[in-house]
Amino acid sequence: MATLQLKNITKQFGDTKVIKGIDLDVNDREFVVFVGPSGCGKSTLMRMIAGLESASDGDILINGQRMNEVGPADRGLAMVFQSYALYPHMTVEGNMGFSMRLAGVPKEERRAKVLEAAKILQLEPLLDRKPKALSGGQRQRVAIGRAIVRNPSIFLFDEPLSNLDAALRVQMRIELARLHEELDATMIYVTHDQIEAMTMADKIVVLHDGVVEQVGSPMALYHHPRNRFVAGFIGSPKMNFFSVEQHSISSDGVTVRLPGGRPCTIPVAGEQLARDEALELGIRPEHLQLDENGPLSGQIKVLERLGGQTSLYVQMGELLITIMADGDVAYRVNDTVQFGFAAERAHLFDAQGVALESLSQHPLASLTRQDNRAATEPAAPGGQV
Amino acid sequence: MNRTRASGRTVGGLRTLSLQAPAVTLLLLWMIVPLGMTIWFSFQRYNLLMPDMTGFAGLENYEYLLTDPALWSAMGTTLLLVGWVLVITVVGGTLLAVLFQQDFAGRGIARVLAISPFFVMPTVSALVWKNMMMHPSNGVLAWLAQSLGLPALDWFSSLPLTSIIIIVSWQWLPFALLILLTAMQSLDEDQVEAARMDGAGPLAIFFFITLPHLKRAISVVIMIEMIFLLTIFAEIFVTTSGGPGLATTNLAYLIYIQALLDFDVGMASAGGVIAIILANIVAIFLVRMVAKNLED
Amino acid sequence: MTTHRNSAPAHTRSLPIRQLVLTLLGWSIALIIFFPILWMVLTGFKTETAAIADPSFIFSPTLESYQAVQARSGYARFALNSVAIAFGSTLLALLIAIPSAYAMAFLPTKRTKGTLLWMLSTKMLPPVGVLVPIYLIFRDVGLLDTRTGLIIIYTLMNLPIVVWMLYTFFKDMPKDILEAGRMDGASTLQEVFFLLLPLTLPGIASTGLLSVILSWNEAFWSLNLTSSKAAPLTAYIASFSSPEGLFWAKLSAASTMAIAPILILGWMTQKQMVRGLTFGAVK
Repeated sequence: MATLQLKNITKQFGDTKVIKGIDLDVNDREFVVFVGPSGCGKSTLMRMIAGLESASDGDILINGQRMNEVGPADRGLAMVFQSYALYPHMTVEGNMGFSMRLAGVPKEERRAKVLEAAKILQLEPLLDRKPKALSGGQRQRVAIGRAIVRNPSIFLFDEPLSNLDAALRVQMRIELARLHEELDATMIYVTHDQIEAMTMADKIVVLHDGVVEQVGSPMALYHHPRNRFVAGFIGSPKMNFFSVEQHSISSDGVTVRLPGGRPCTIPVAGEQLARDEALELGIRPEHLQLDENGPLSGQIKVLERLGGQTSLYVQMGELLITIMADGDVAYRVNDTVQFGFAAERAHLFDAQGVALESLSQHPLASLTRQDNRAATEPAAPGGQV
Repeated sequence: MNRTRASGRTVGGLRTLSLQAPAVTLLLLWMIVPLGMTIWFSFQRYNLLMPDMTGFAGLENYEYLLTDPALWSAMGTTLLLVGWVLVITVVGGTLLAVLFQQDFAGRGIARVLAISPFFVMPTVSALVWKNMMMHPSNGVLAWLAQSLGLPALDWFSSLPLTSIIIIVSWQWLPFALLILLTAMQSLDEDQVEAARMDGAGPLAIFFFITLPHLKRAISVVIMIEMIFLLTIFAEIFVTTSGGPGLATTNLAYLIYIQALLDFDVGMASAGGVIAIILANIVAIFLVRMVAKNLED
Repeated sequence: MTTHRNSAPAHTRSLPIRQLVLTLLGWSIALIIFFPILWMVLTGFKTETAAIADPSFIFSPTLESYQAVQARSGYARFALNSVAIAFGSTLLALLIAIPSAYAMAFLPTKRTKGTLLWMLSTKMLPPVGVLVPIYLIFRDVGLLDTRTGLIIIYTLMNLPIVVWMLYTFFKDMPKDILEAGRMDGASTLQEVFFLLLPLTLPGIASTGLLSVILSWNEAFWSLNLTSSKAAPLTAYIASFSSPEGLFWAKLSAASTMAIAPILILGWMTQKQMVRGLTFGAVK
């Protein structure tokens, strides 16, 4: 049983506020990912949870107990560093057993525990090696092993995969997900890579400029981004945005005039919308379809054939729109294409960049890997079912 | 992301202060006490041989010193010594650094041989040069001159300051070489190759790539050497004892004569103050440069 | 960290003449610079008569000068003084400097940079400027011609460089590792002993060696503050400067013994020395 609560956490370095008041609940056995562009404060937030950095204000509660003044080793946490931070002068076994050595655990017991963790991570043949003699992936596993040995209530991962090559990253991603199942522990994971967030998280916390933009399950964030920032950050390739004119508002949604003049009704709630408020339509590349009768058109500027899929970069007025199309499309550069989209796939943002609420929930938006997901998170649009 | 703070548990720098206290206190004492005493003595009538003569002297010591031709001769000697050694070591060191940066057979060993004199204690180098190298009848240089049919030279009586300059340069040339060679190794080889692609020859590369790259290292060498060279002592002490006459008496040696041979504390202190002022003029520039370096 | 590249571009290998000229030039200059040392070493193995004869590389080597140096002047005593003073002052300097450098590197405050620079500036004080007061203080408290006196002076003399070098080595140590140790439950003391010291040992060692080298070769204070009892080798060698009689072989033998250990240490640590000697301005 391990929960974490952050209450109005702030952090200031000199005069610059890097964390501007964050509230967050992490539930037992949840895999929570902090994601955001570099400089958003995600690492600082994690370091405050770890106790390596003190919070300027607010409370950090682990299992309901205030931890602000407790030292990093006594919070019941373990951390895997971005650089792995292995002790270069100790063997793998020495690295993994260091915390127990400091705590005065007898040698045999230490060894037993290290072996147990090594087994989970397939590190047994490497126990006598020094970190220098290990590959990147092996070092990574030792760092995780060092955390496992401490039997923490919460694991912290600070961009652990960023120093690995692409293939290994995919492999470690799967291994971490497996580990989460196996250890049944609460994990907090920091990354700038939204793919890692999407693939591993029960709950994603999108951070930007020291504030939480949105908290929710990967599918909730994907299908119901709360604002333009989250919409643009989650999903790859990036969502397309273009300005549209307001036409009318009804109970079926907001009708807008697309570039090119055709009207389209997006099923979102528009009651509070001011008349003539500028709107932006967002639509993901994978939700745009080539269609001879589609309302939009443009000229293909670049065409990337990936085999199974083809990315089309289409000039539409001033904008370059990305379309993910079928691998077999026969178009060539400079062809003009017509395309459209299903209205319920589109997102509408008001002048402040806030998404207008969808009239219907996407069926997958409330899906998580665990059933005991937070239903109390007020920030998540998925919470209103 | 700001990560410069190592820990969240700094208690207002108190720990920092207590950990630094021993070093800071000792250095503070080391600086202030003798400095203060030197300045104090320099305004006193104080000669260990004349215990009755005491009291405030005002600017008497300075007046006497500044009108003493020995001081000006010593200043001149100091400047000549520093200047010539700097020119020889910096120019020579730069050229040697370029040479020893080239790849040739046994480069590693040749480098080690060339920097060796820097590690030789000053009394040894001075005596080896004075006796085995520069001795007018039995020295290697005299033998070389004779073999070439030239008259043997009595180095220390006919060219005393030149001899000292040669010895000191021999000690400090390796220092310049060592520093500049290290600096040279951080020169980006891609830059040189890019220049070569742009059509630069070896000379152009030296003047437009290498020399600008070494600029900072060269100025560091100049300043550090200046600080040490201003107070060259042992080399003079064991070879010429400042002579003949005052030919090789520099400021440091003059102060030594006044303090430990004439026991004139007041006068020696006034000389010390002058030496400190001279060194500080150099030091300000050096400290400023290191400070700038701390920021990158 | 600087990357070490092989500075030989591939295409120069095709020029054997250039290679030959460079090799000849490089080696002749290196040998000319090294010659006085080489000559001194050779002379130490000659008889006094051979030493002042016409220069020659061919002679029958003898150890008589080495034996004479020890028998006549008690070389060992001076060597022992040098060892005691150099290592004593180095140990003391390290002991004082390590906490200070630790604080500067890992618990920096706004004043840290200023403190570092100030320490550096104390190094700029010319020794002759403070010779008189130091001499008088030493005379009054009985430190003249004692090892303790020189140890104190050399400790203070080298302290700024030692702090500075340790600081740069500590700063190079990845902070993550110390933080990982903290997460693992290490106290500050454990952090220092289990992680910082073992990991920065090479840096501490080269700092120590530089301090030993500088103390060993220091000649201003040793000449002025010691006479017979505590005189280290620098002062002992200086005693050969007396004009009566030429004892070149003995001078050479004594000098060879005096510089050999330091020369070897210097060869071993030249890279790190640059860092210390230039206060990190050249790496």
